[in-house]
Amino acid sequence: MMQYKGWEGFVPGKWCNDEVDVRDFIQHNYTPYEGDGTFLAPATEATKKLWEIVCDLSKKEREAGGVLNADTKIVSTLTSHEAGYLDKDLEKIVGVQTDEPFKRSLQPFGGIRISESALNIYGYEIDPSVKEIFTKYRKTHNEGVFDAYTPEMRAARSAHILTGRPDGYGRGRIIGDYRRVALYGIDYLVQKKEEDKLMLGGTMTPDKVRDREEISEQIKALKGLKAMAASYGCDISKPAETAQEAIQALYFGYLGAVKDQNGAAMSIGRNTTFLDIYIERDLAKGLITETQAQEFIDHFIMKLRIVKFMRTREYNELFSGDPTWVTESIGGMGVDGRTLVTKTAFRVLHTLDNLGPAPEPNLTVLWSKRLPIAFKRFCADISIRTSSIQYESDDLMRAEMGDDYAIACCVSCMRVGKDMQFFGARANLAKCLLYAINGGKDELLKDKKTGKPMQVSPEFMPIVSNDALDFEEVRAKFENMMTWLAELYVNTLNVIHYMHDKYCYEAIEMALHDTKVRRFFATGIAGLSCAADSLSAIKYAKVYPVRNEEGIVVDYRIEGDYPKYGNNDDRADELAVWVLKTFMKKIKSHYTYRESVPTTSILTITSNVVYGKKTGNTPDGRRAGTPLAPGANPMHGRDSNGALASLESVAKLPYDYSRDGISNTFSITPGSLGKED
Amino acid sequence: MTGRIHSFESFGTVDGPGIRFVVFLQGCPLRCQYCHNPDTWGAGGTEYSVEDIVNRAIRYKNYFGDKGGVTVTGGEPLLQIDFVTELFTALKAKNINTCVDTSGIAFRENNPESVAKHEKLLEVADLFLLDIKHIDEDACKKLTGQSNENTLAFAKFLSERNKPMWIRQVLVPGITDSEESLARTRAFIDGLQSVEKVEVLPYHTMGMVKYEKLGLTYPLKEVQAPTKELVLRAKEILCK
Repeated sequence: MMQYKGWEGFVPGKWCNDEVDVRDFIQHNYTPYEGDGTFLAPATEATKKLWEIVCDLSKKEREAGGVLNADTKIVSTLTSHEAGYLDKDLEKIVGVQTDEPFKRSLQPFGGIRISESALNIYGYEIDPSVKEIFTKYRKTHNEGVFDAYTPEMRAARSAHILTGRPDGYGRGRIIGDYRRVALYGIDYLVQKKEEDKLMLGGTMTPDKVRDREEISEQIKALKGLKAMAASYGCDISKPAETAQEAIQALYFGYLGAVKDQNGAAMSIGRNTTFLDIYIERDLAKGLITETQAQEFIDHFIMKLRIVKFMRTREYNELFSGDPTWVTESIGGMGVDGRTLVTKTAFRVLHTLDNLGPAPEPNLTVLWSKRLPIAFKRFCADISIRTSSIQYESDDLMRAEMGDDYAIACCVSCMRVGKDMQFFGARANLAKCLLYAINGGKDELLKDKKTGKPMQVSPEFMPIVSNDALDFEEVRAKFENMMTWLAELYVNTLNVIHYMHDKYCYEAIEMALHDTKVRRFFATGIAGLSCAADSLSAIKYAKVYPVRNEEGIVVDYRIEGDYPKYGNNDDRADELAVWVLKTFMKKIKSHYTYRESVPTTSILTITSNVVYGKKTGNTPDGRRAGTPLAPGANPMHGRDSNGALASLESVAKLPYDYSRDGISNTFSITPGSLGKED
Repeated sequence: MTGRIHSFESFGTVDGPGIRFVVFLQGCPLRCQYCHNPDTWGAGGTEYSVEDIVNRAIRYKNYFGDKGGVTVTGGEPLLQIDFVTELFTALKAKNINTCVDTSGIAFRENNPESVAKHEKLLEVADLFLLDIKHIDEDACKKLTGQSNENTLAFAKFLSERNKPMWIRQVLVPGITDSEESLARTRAFIDGLQSVEKVEVLPYHTMGMVKYEKLGLTYPLKEVQAPTKELVLRAKEILCK
């Protein structure tokens, strides 16, 4: 006899023996599916009606200039708002961020000024009492960070050499294990957290005090989540008993997270294999039909499509739109060789047909050579028709992360419920190279007081000769500048994450993690290909510095040609590898907050445009202000040997030095993939 | 030995079966009005050794799968037939599939030396993509500046030796799309024994930019790409 009614019919294991272990539950209970998509059901009438409501609201939102409605008074918490609905009678999965759909919530814990300016842009005024509270009585993350920033940290921020960092907005990137809400119910999870807290006794070091306080916050958040669900008439105190309850409970977990946090990326995890177990159980019992199963999934995905945050225009510029990064990781292979693809992987992807294509949730297929062929074909077919699926290499990630990891944002992988990360934006290494040449003086900015070129780093020796740049000299200076930048970068992030934990702690998301969590310290690199090509130009062509009247090198004259990254030419590609490895080694040499594991990513798939605006002329011939390449892409138009050569160059970047992910943006027309017959 | 190369494409998917590493050779005696690579016509290019090209191609062997391999095209690759033969010999030694995309214009059926060289090439070439510019000799001269005599002779040469070939026909509205000439082409193909496939390549205007860059006048300014219906009709006649 199982402890809970919700567990009846499941194969027991470690997962139900006084543990919290979702992976163990999945492994004991899931049904791999190797068939095709012919079993899938179309959208129901209710689904179509609800989707029409969403489309209508979206249209109104666009007409209203991007925001349909915004809360100016009620600070968003798990329980701040009454229940809200699209159409209560039709919705099988309920819950929106405020008391009505498309009304954006007020989330000032990251920074009151950002909240205020975001509202102002769209014609709203923040309630004076909220402003007073968050300026006079309740400190925000943003204020904390600026209290602790050093002058150098501020300068690097103004000069945009360290940029996009989460010091005025939520860091995001943390994925709660929302499956736990469904599998265990809140009461069980609270009990486990109480037990963990009891174990934290003995000498009260600052770390231990913080840990105890955080667990208390987590427990309060879990209780808040229960109350939030109750406002929708749902009891999530016990394990879910049906598929509908399981999807609902899981979604409530996620909804709690987005009510609590306005994070840069609010990803949802890896849920299809888990939910499939519940759907299979109900189907076997004859409780539901395939049409109903699909309807639950359609309504769930519909909710993920209307997650919205209040953000400033600069923010939207940085991210080219208003992304929420509700990434859902699908498929992959188990370490025992069975595929983790289930019928529910098909059902979730099928929402792209039932509801039409959409950028969110960011449906991400974990691709393996060994995925069932029918699933591969199904994915390819949907990709061709909708261009709405992201693919990532499960074979590459599984080796390190096992078979229950998920992707946060676009490429950051973490074991669900066991790893979290401190998101740290990126360092602009193309600009760092310019600093190496100019001794740390910014090539574009002037010091406000003196009117002279702004000295951002300490005064390093610049290049003084006007001869063609000497590769060894530039390389050595670049390495020195990276040494400075890496230390400043790590320390800046140490400040940011200390303050985020203190003033904007992700209590509900962390409540759905193991108490002993592994933390990643996620740094990032922008401008990699620009830096590599610049070094290549200096090494293989002749590059002469062009100075302005103040002696600052502001342009470069290039004589001759040089090998370019993106052509599978080792001469250029090894320079990109050198930049990555050198910078990462320097990052690793510093203390990182809360003993986190340093990682880096090369994935600026949108903000490369903004970073490019703040970067002067570079020695590779790129003009000032023009975009850097996205992620690890070659510079635009410089890969002249076709797609495979370009991809092979990217593939040379060692993943071990860039564990937080490498992205390559690649557009292709169906015709260039071959002929139909 | 070295060859004069225009460029490389690491992800060729339209010049032969599977994924192919495509080598564009420099130089061509034809002046096809629709040519989208006028930059490969004249002298120039960069000298590469056989070894260098083999080393480049071999990096993509993982992508070739069962069907893919290396295609030489151009330009007219068989202007440099000795180089192509040596390159293919080296590729076959590495067990890489080889394919030539040619107009057959360099073939001289009455010249024993030319025949011998082509015989030698056949030993190391797995597939020929033979481009019949126009089945009518006069129309061909008008379109390309050269007779189609060598092309048709080369088709028969390949057929007699049972060498696999794909026949290709660029479909240009008003020039190569008449039912009469398509039917004649088909009748010619019916007389060949080793044709594995017939491809209709719809004319496109993407080459136009290159003419501007090279300071050349684009001869087909007024000609639009063929409609889908036209392509289907041509396929019905040619690919039956």
